[in-house]
Amino acid sequence: MTAKRRGAQLGMLAFAVLIVMGAYAGVGLGINGKIPSGMLGYGLGLGGLMLAAYLVLAKWAPWADPLLLPLVTLVNGLGLVMIYRIEQAGQPGASATSQLMWTALGVVMFSATLIVLKDHRTLQRLTYTAGFVGVVLLAIPALLPGSLSEVQGAKIWIRIGGFSIQPGEFAKLALVVFFAGYLVAKRDVLALAGRRLLFIDLPRARDLGPVLITWGFAIATLVLEKDLGTSLLLFGAFIAMLYIATQRTSWVLIGILLFVGGAFLAGQVFSHVEARFNVWLHAEDPALYDAGGGSYQLMQGMFAMGSGGILGTGLGQGYPKLIPLSFSDFIFTATGEELGLTGLMAILMIYALIVERGLRTSLAARDPFTKLLAGGLSFILAWQVFIIVGGVTRLIPLTGLVTPFMSAGGSALLANWMLIALLVRMSDAARRPPPQAIQDEGLTQVMQR
Amino acid sequence: MNSTLKRVSVACLLMFGLLMANVTYIGTVKADGLRTDSRNVRGFYARYAIDRGWITADNGKTTLAKTVDSGDKTFRFEREYPLGKPFTHVVGWFAPESASGIEAAMNRYLDGSHPDLVVRRAIDMVSGKPAKGASVDLTLNTKAQEIAYKDLAGTGKRGAVVALEPKTGKILAMVSVPSYDPNPLAQVNKAKVNAAYNKLDKDDNKPLLNRAIDLTFAPGSTFKTVTSAAYLSDDTSRDENTQVDAPDSLPLPDTNISLPNYHGESCGGRATLVQALTISCNTPFAIMGMDVGYDKLKEQAEKFGVGQPLEIPLGVAASNIGPDEGKAALAKTAIGQQSNQMTPLQMAMVAAGIANQGTVMKPYLVNKIMGPDGAEIDGTDPDELDEAVTPEVAGELTKMMIGVIEHGTGGAAKLPGITVAGKTGTAETLPGKPSHAWFISFAPVEDPKVAVAVFVESGSAGNDATGGAVAAPIAHDVMQAVLGQ
Repeated sequence: MTAKRRGAQLGMLAFAVLIVMGAYAGVGLGINGKIPSGMLGYGLGLGGLMLAAYLVLAKWAPWADPLLLPLVTLVNGLGLVMIYRIEQAGQPGASATSQLMWTALGVVMFSATLIVLKDHRTLQRLTYTAGFVGVVLLAIPALLPGSLSEVQGAKIWIRIGGFSIQPGEFAKLALVVFFAGYLVAKRDVLALAGRRLLFIDLPRARDLGPVLITWGFAIATLVLEKDLGTSLLLFGAFIAMLYIATQRTSWVLIGILLFVGGAFLAGQVFSHVEARFNVWLHAEDPALYDAGGGSYQLMQGMFAMGSGGILGTGLGQGYPKLIPLSFSDFIFTATGEELGLTGLMAILMIYALIVERGLRTSLAARDPFTKLLAGGLSFILAWQVFIIVGGVTRLIPLTGLVTPFMSAGGSALLANWMLIALLVRMSDAARRPPPQAIQDEGLTQVMQR
Repeated sequence: MNSTLKRVSVACLLMFGLLMANVTYIGTVKADGLRTDSRNVRGFYARYAIDRGWITADNGKTTLAKTVDSGDKTFRFEREYPLGKPFTHVVGWFAPESASGIEAAMNRYLDGSHPDLVVRRAIDMVSGKPAKGASVDLTLNTKAQEIAYKDLAGTGKRGAVVALEPKTGKILAMVSVPSYDPNPLAQVNKAKVNAAYNKLDKDDNKPLLNRAIDLTFAPGSTFKTVTSAAYLSDDTSRDENTQVDAPDSLPLPDTNISLPNYHGESCGGRATLVQALTISCNTPFAIMGMDVGYDKLKEQAEKFGVGQPLEIPLGVAASNIGPDEGKAALAKTAIGQQSNQMTPLQMAMVAAGIANQGTVMKPYLVNKIMGPDGAEIDGTDPDELDEAVTPEVAGELTKMMIGVIEHGTGGAAKLPGITVAGKTGTAETLPGKPSHAWFISFAPVEDPKVAVAVFVESGSAGNDATGGAVAAPIAHDVMQAVLGQ
């Protein structure tokens, strides 16, 4: 029988907050030799928030995985410290206060999700609602005029007054819920084999419909919103979930072929996709480096990581201001300069552990919907880290995405805290001991002391 | 679904594995290339994050290069050169992307990265202080250096002055003219520095070159001291009073040309070595050179340091008496012409070697290195380079060179109450072009404290410039500055 391990969870949570506070002090010491004056406030703020999250979790999901909350706290806290550090360096746009506020709202969303959603299987009933919400959220920026939706070439925002929301982050959640519900219902049909080609069982042509529709949305996102990142993220998650549900490798191949083909065609028509590839392949080329929209930012990130080397310069002692958007898309590289390879490996390890806890929940779950939802959410988190970190480290072409929990940005923080709440809710269900079987009615019940 | 979930888990593991492998590749294999990429400005910033050690002279009493805390966050420590032009070629400058002179040669001490400083650096790192470099104290005598610069530059001449302490090899003065203000090259603005540098680089007078060590010139009659050294050493029965042939004109073997004396003067057919050197006859030394032969002359020159690689710690261009091109060429080589090319430093070493009873000391500029706390880390110990001649031959050469000052072409270098030895030189350059003017000397003869070589470049001091008229007065002032203390 699984134990609740609540003491361990609280201990690790305290440890995570302690590491973040240490890093926060390190920034102040690195910059001007003093412990930052706001440290106590920030420390109490973060500690209080996480204590609240813990109490909610202990009451409403007592059997939940004890590692998820401390891990997320750690990576969220380190992101907060990096944004504080970049703000100190004077990069416009970086604001630790606003990030802390969004973290607080994220924890509120986390708690609200846990409290409201007593049983995640309610979501299965909302499959098509979720699908509709997801598509609408995704489509809004494309339909809005550019003045309300476009920032630096990507049409992925809703900007009202001083606020801006990235609906795609929430669409991500809704669509994974939709995929899970839909695929659980249709997986038997989709798994039916059609013709066999070489070693692969091809699906029947008539079952291609849903795949083609999703593909169409992905390509539309790419074309209309110039957002290769979200497009790749959602389509990849869909294919992975399709594979989990149907156990058919052919779907994966068909999906990859469709997407690569679509992206290739889009690349022929729209210059920005091809430009991304060029920048990726020839980033060090001086001509591309100097060109507007060229490889300058990518190379600045590489320079930062190279200069950080194995141990990094130490917090507060690098030059994050040199990297454009070092507090959002490129926060990973700014971290690499100051914490070095060592710090980056630690952060990747934290992400890997979160994903591992999610997948474990999925494996332990008792019903297919939970399995698929937990698997899909875990995969999309891993996939997102892979796309953005791979992009800024030149492993794959760069597509703008948020580094989960680290990058500055309210929508992403809220959505990702909700994602964690869903995983926590499902792990609680998976780890909760099954109800005691009622003993055979024919026998006298034995009193238990 | 568990089997596919497990496969997806493996895929996730693979993705993280790829990310980690790639980050490791960047942080280790690629790191150095990225760190040193010219487009990565961190290296440029880092140069100004170090409290660079100072460069001083006169045992630390005079500051030649200092670091100023500007308080700026990005470019905190800036470099200044308070005494400017006279010292530029020795001290050098610390520019955004390069450095020269002592600033370059002693960089690892000045910026604290030298292994000797590793403990102090670690202490600074732990205590959170900015890294501080060691200071370098030079052997220069600032009075001698400034008078040498004033004498050369004041009259628009180009050239070089080198003064050595004969017994140790300490470089007391090293001046190259024209010089330039190093401060504009030490700004933190790359574009301004490049503009200033390019202007100097394009200047026809080549101010960026240190004429004392970067270039070689025909030494003219000053080289007769080396020829005499070879001749005297070749046969111990010879001395300064040995009579040699001194014809008015010497037909050169295998040619139809004759070597005259300077301005066609007569040396009377026969002369002692003292007389020949005193009035600087050409023919007797040409004959002596042919008499000892190329190999022995070359060997003698090498014993004075010619052709030996030197780091003082600045790099020194190799001097060379030229290839063996037959007797006629050798006759000209022996009087410092033909392909005979010497740095001014090399000629100062010849004077210093004769002064120091025949032993040439290795020349050096760094007196000592002091840690950030002021304690001496390292000092330079004088080192012998070679024994050029025996003390006897050195004594004979000295007597010949005293004659030059007392009765001959070097009268302008006389010092009241002090015995000076020296030799003038007026080296032909290209046909129709004015000559280079040279002068080498040392004093006091009884207990040599300073040896000087003065070189004035062709055309910068009038068309009829001679070593005695143009170069000797400068040597006079430099020797006086050193001895006057």
